[in-house]
Parts: sequence; C-alpha cells; structure tokens
Amino acid sequence: MDSNKYLEDISEIKNMMSRSSRFISLSGLSGIMAGIYALIGAYLAHGIMTDAGRDYFSGRADVTGSDALRIDALYGIAIGVLVAAVVTGIILTIRKSRKSGEKIWDVSSKRLVLNFLIPLLAGGVFCLVLIQYGIVWLVAPATLIFYGLACVNASKYTLGDIRYMGIAFIVLGLINTQFIGYGLYFWALGFGVFHILYGAIMHFKYDKTSS
Amino acid sequence: MSLIDNINKAFDHRIRLGIMSILMVNDYADFNMLKELLEVTDGNLASHTKALEKEAYIKVEKQFIGRKPNTRYAATASGKKAFEKHIEALEKLIGK
Repeated sequence: MDSNKYLEDISEIKNMMSRSSRFISLSGLSGIMAGIYALIGAYLAHGIMTDAGRDYFSGRADVTGSDALRIDALYGIAIGVLVAAVVTGIILTIRKSRKSGEKIWDVSSKRLVLNFLIPLLAGGVFCLVLIQYGIVWLVAPATLIFYGLACVNASKYTLGDIRYMGIAFIVLGLINTQFIGYGLYFWALGFGVFHILYGAIMHFKYDKTSS
Repeated sequence: MSLIDNINKAFDHRIRLGIMSILMVNDYADFNMLKELLEVTDGNLASHTKALEKEAYIKVEKQFIGRKPNTRYAATASGKKAFEKHIEALEKLIGK
C-alpha cells in the first residue's frame, strides 16, 4: 500500500487541529521589543525615584509616600511602555500572519485575546483595589502573578512556550511578595528580561523557519 | 483482521478528513470557518458535510444570528469514536 498517503493524512489532521484551535502567528520579535521598552521604562522610573531622593535599594515599602516623587510621570512611563509594546506587537503579528497566510482576526485569535484578557483584567481591577486601600506594596507582585496567569491561560490557544513564561512570572511574583519595596527590579526582570528571553526563543524557534 | 479494515472510507478524502480534524478540537465550527480553514468552495464543502452527516458523524444546527442564517457543525460521539479509530489505523499503517 501507499504509506505516503497515510503520512500525508496524518500531517493534514495535525495541521487542521492546530490551525483551527491555535493562533500561531504571534511574533517573537514583538516579545523582544516589549522587553526592551520595559527596561527603558524601568530605567526612566528609577531615575525619577532617584531624583526624588529615594534610595531604591533600601527596600522601603512606601512608594507613594513622598511629595517630591512625581507619580504622574511614573504613570506616564507605565502607559507609554504599555502602548508602545501593544502597538509594536500588533504590527509585527499582522506582518507575520500575512506571511503565514493566517487570518489576523479569526476565531482562534479572538479566543486567544479573550482568554488572555480574563485573568489580566481581573488582575488590573484587583490592583486598583489594592491602590484604593493603600496596599501599594503588593501591586508589583500582583501584576506579575496575574500576568503570569494570563499567559498560562492563553497558552492553550497559541504555541505552548508562553506557558513556561507564565509560570516563571507567577514564581517571580510570589518571590517578590517576600522582597517588598523592590518591585521595580522585579518588574524589570519579569517584563523586561523574561519577555526578551521568551521573544528570542520564539523568534529562533518559529519565526526563522516560517520565513 | 487486516489493518486496512480499520481505515474508514468516510474519512478517505482530504476535505472530510479536515472537517473531522477541526471538529475534534472545536466544540462547534460554522460553515464559513470550515470554508476558510479548508480553502474550498461552498458547493464542495456542502457535499462533504452532507456525506458526513449521512453517516451521523457530524450534526448540523441551523440558526439565525440576527437576521443572517448560520449553519454550524459539531462532531457526534460516534463520529469522534470512528475518527479516533481511523487515526489509530493510519498510525499503525505507517508503522508508528
């Protein structure tokens, strides 16, 4: 019998199963860029804190306590980093999906975004509540943990590697709870270094072969 | 019994194989989703879904989303079982 045909059938089955349930065009490069933006943001934020006469290495918990600290500038940096990372991510992913012939806004990408956003939005609201009650020292660990949960949840709907980054974020966030006051460093390590590592792995594993 | 006996004739076509693969990992798929993924024409897809429906391997639900008619498909329990057997047979045949 022609066993080549059976092999083709098996690979067609695998291909259809993964294409219909997972969005595979997430760009690795966008992870690297998001990490770089995060490191720049952390560097700027660190400068603002130093300007306000804060020695970050002292590990003091009261991040919002000082009048000299420009909270609005810190928010500005945070929003700037987020917007830059998301816009870059969308542009690079559209470019990659054009190459692979995958639709950018189909059932699988919608499912991916939705399942990523559920834990992330819950975490966002939870962090606002922490700020409301003045428990600001738990905001950094909470963002890391919820972001990690969002990645783990999203991993069912895209290439699996994001799962390990999510777990790394959760562990980092939990460790952070024991080092209150160093949130900025943990952020830089997570959103900066972890993203760059993950993006580089994704880039060399998938982007290279598909282009 | 020969290995070849487990190869299911109903799945012996690229498009029917594709439809079943998609419905194995998705609870539902509508007509347009199948069409886009499999890159086939309306008529071609319709004839293959009909063939699978006749075997009771998939079920069809017609409904309205707003005013637009929408046809969605799901694999039946017996369809899933038959397809699993088919995959097993394929794997044995290629000597896995």
